[in-house]
Amino acid sequence: MSDAAERGRPGRENPGRATAVPHHWYDDEAGPVVRPYAMTRGRTSAAGRHRLDLIAVVVPEPAADDPGRDQSLSPEHVEIVERCSEQPQSIAELAAGLDLPVGVVRVLVGDLVDEELVHVTRPVPPAQLPDVSILREVINGLRAL
Amino acid sequence: MAFGRSSRKKTPVEPVTLKILVAGGFGVGKTTLVGAVSEIRPLRTEEVLTEAGRPVDDLHGVEAKTTTTVAMDFGRITLREDLVLYLFGTPGQDRFWFLWDELAQGALGAVVLADTRRLEDSFAAIDYFERRGIPFTVAVNCFEGARRYPVETVRAALDLDPEVELVLCDARDRESVKSVLVAVVEHALVLADRAHASAAT
Repeated sequence: MSDAAERGRPGRENPGRATAVPHHWYDDEAGPVVRPYAMTRGRTSAAGRHRLDLIAVVVPEPAADDPGRDQSLSPEHVEIVERCSEQPQSIAELAAGLDLPVGVVRVLVGDLVDEELVHVTRPVPPAQLPDVSILREVINGLRAL
Repeated sequence: MAFGRSSRKKTPVEPVTLKILVAGGFGVGKTTLVGAVSEIRPLRTEEVLTEAGRPVDDLHGVEAKTTTTVAMDFGRITLREDLVLYLFGTPGQDRFWFLWDELAQGALGAVVLADTRRLEDSFAAIDYFERRGIPFTVAVNCFEGARRYPVETVRAALDLDPEVELVLCDARDRESVKSVLVAVVEHALVLADRAHASAAT
């Protein structure tokens, strides 16, 4: 399973890395050098908050104008804010773009919400179908593609 | 920091996001289908699972393994600037069903992709969506060289409810996949209309 996942995995290529640094004893197959949940300081969920949906969209607040200035933020936090500043992105897209497990991204985004640097859109509430008018718009949109 | 300050001036559009699941057996063409309509190359997101005692995760012979990586492929279709549809390929293995629950939350509908040579692979998915009342459409991926069966024969073999649509498709073909997705949303619309009608009376 994980072998297949590695082979089929897009966006993981690191051209030039192997040739530029020929003597590294590890490679991508060995997994990340830093354990993913080290970035969250071991937390696997954000305290007291609803689990963020994969398609919840992260939107930066004006206060996030220069996230690099806040010393308490990790580089991953900063990168999330930067990516979303260009275009708000879903949790799933952030995880794929940052090459981090979804769970890690949830925790990091949770931190940013706490710091009021971003807010997160709520997708359709669970167990509830979207509005009929939205469904019609989706059908029209798909036909027009 | 290498970001453009000027682009920050305009308020970012907050899109309404929706998702459709693409389920089916291993190798039936889920990622191909997603790729056929997605505006981005299908992305892969991973969840590292560390919980002990997940059922039927047979670690015999690899006892040292304490984490499992589950991958989900997904694509995006921007219908309008403020309306974005995501397609998620569900993990193929049955043992990752607990992830389906999360994926299925708030899903607008689902495609069950089927291969007539291995119809039994789609039973689990059909059963899942039926039980949860998630609108779904069965799309038979017409593989080259696979024998074609009449739609009614496949319907009977899958024991589908009369109102569930079954369509033939080519998961590589954009137009074909578009019509599958339209079928899913139309079915969702019928169910939503009915729900509204019964709520009104």
